[in-house]
Amino acid sequence: MTADEARAVVLGCLSEIAPDVDTAHLAGDADLRRAADLDSMDVFNLVAAIAERTGVDIPDTEVAGLSTVDAFAQRLG
Amino acid sequence: MADLKMPSLGADMTSGKLLEWHVAPGDTVKRGDIVATVDTDKAEIDIETFDAGVIGALLIEPGTTVDVGTPIARIDGNGTPPAAPPAVAAAPPAEAFVHHRRVSPLARRIAADLGVDLDAVTGTGPQGAVTRVDVEREAGAERLVEAPAPAPAPVEAAPAVEHRAPAERLESLRAIVGELMTRSKREIPHFHLSREIDLSAALAWLEARNRELPAPERVLPAALLLRAAALAAHDEPSVNGTFADGGFRPARRVDLGVAISLRAGGVIAPVIPGADELSLAELMQALRGITDRVRRGALRGSDFTAGTLTVTSLGEHGADLVYGVIFPPQVALVGFGAVAQRPWAAGGMLGVRPTVVATLAADHRVSEGHRGSLFLASVDHHLQEPDQL
Repeated sequence: MTADEARAVVLGCLSEIAPDVDTAHLAGDADLRRAADLDSMDVFNLVAAIAERTGVDIPDTEVAGLSTVDAFAQRLG
Repeated sequence: MADLKMPSLGADMTSGKLLEWHVAPGDTVKRGDIVATVDTDKAEIDIETFDAGVIGALLIEPGTTVDVGTPIARIDGNGTPPAAPPAVAAAPPAEAFVHHRRVSPLARRIAADLGVDLDAVTGTGPQGAVTRVDVEREAGAERLVEAPAPAPAPVEAAPAVEHRAPAERLESLRAIVGELMTRSKREIPHFHLSREIDLSAALAWLEARNRELPAPERVLPAALLLRAAALAAHDEPSVNGTFADGGFRPARRVDLGVAISLRAGGVIAPVIPGADELSLAELMQALRGITDRVRRGALRGSDFTAGTLTVTSLGEHGADLVYGVIFPPQVALVGFGAVAQRPWAAGGMLGVRPTVVATLAADHRVSEGHRGSLFLASVDHHLQEPDQL
């Protein structure tokens, strides 16, 4: 998966689990929990959606360390 | 024959406006099928039927506002279609075909958003039902990289009924919550208790459990807290029920309201029915379900069964504790502040442990500090034995 593809997957999953977040204006390095106001359930759903779409199952222990779209994309790429 | 009535979706609802029918006369429905979408001051809510049968007649048009209890559709029989239903016997026209296909409301919504023609989608769900995944497959990967193209003409020629603009929605939601909270503060003699709870055992157990499981089956600390609250409400019934007609009516099971704050502002509290009878995994799935439906604006009538106790969790970036306001006619509200590393004294030593401050707001007409303390002690107790949760 290229970096662009990975980023597109993360943004696609994000708009699926949080349709009310304006993903078009979300900086790649913005903290999702703060900038997009994601709570722990939203992050859980994001990780589950990424697993469903790509087969990449990010372990729970790593999830807390991933805070931005770029970080999630890098983990996939 | 049964009438489908405008349901009461919470103590605060007196009327509802029909936005859309999801069925047509002649359609066979079973208990739990979504038949219509209704607008209330709180949210747009998908209404399920409690009767099985064949839709006989739709009694009101989209755009009509009626009082709670008004019949809005007629359902005939017990799932046995009439001898020769014309809609089924004749080759159905394309539009009727759409009505007869099983399409999950979520899939229907996403299809509308993405401009996907539902006729072109192959359903892979139960009995060929079209699911979200099917719609997304049809939509292809395009939506990932670019904004969806303007939707083509809608598949169903549904009459256009205006939805509330976001600002109007927030205003009506705040008004209805404000009214309820004003009533609560005026009528309920609140008292407040708090107890800090050591979560080290619970979180260690959860981490070990989650390590073995794929992402969708993991459990969040939030679900653990809900489970402990539901079990404690079972142990201490004075917090679980309603106050009506001058007296407390304890509830037999825990119908647990969960306060969820909306990103656009406002708070909504859908209910998980029978939360004390669900396993931890089932409770997690239920919590995931209501959160998902809140985020997508696809809540259902069954999400607004009358609750018997409500929990509010402030989440990881929340404040340390919450002094709750009870949702009338309930008699208590349980609050969980942010889970954080805090100093903790144990065995004569000061250490650092992950803790949460649990609070209880309760109704003095029904209980007092002693009973409330027993409830919080029970929450604590359950969290110290996570493998029993």
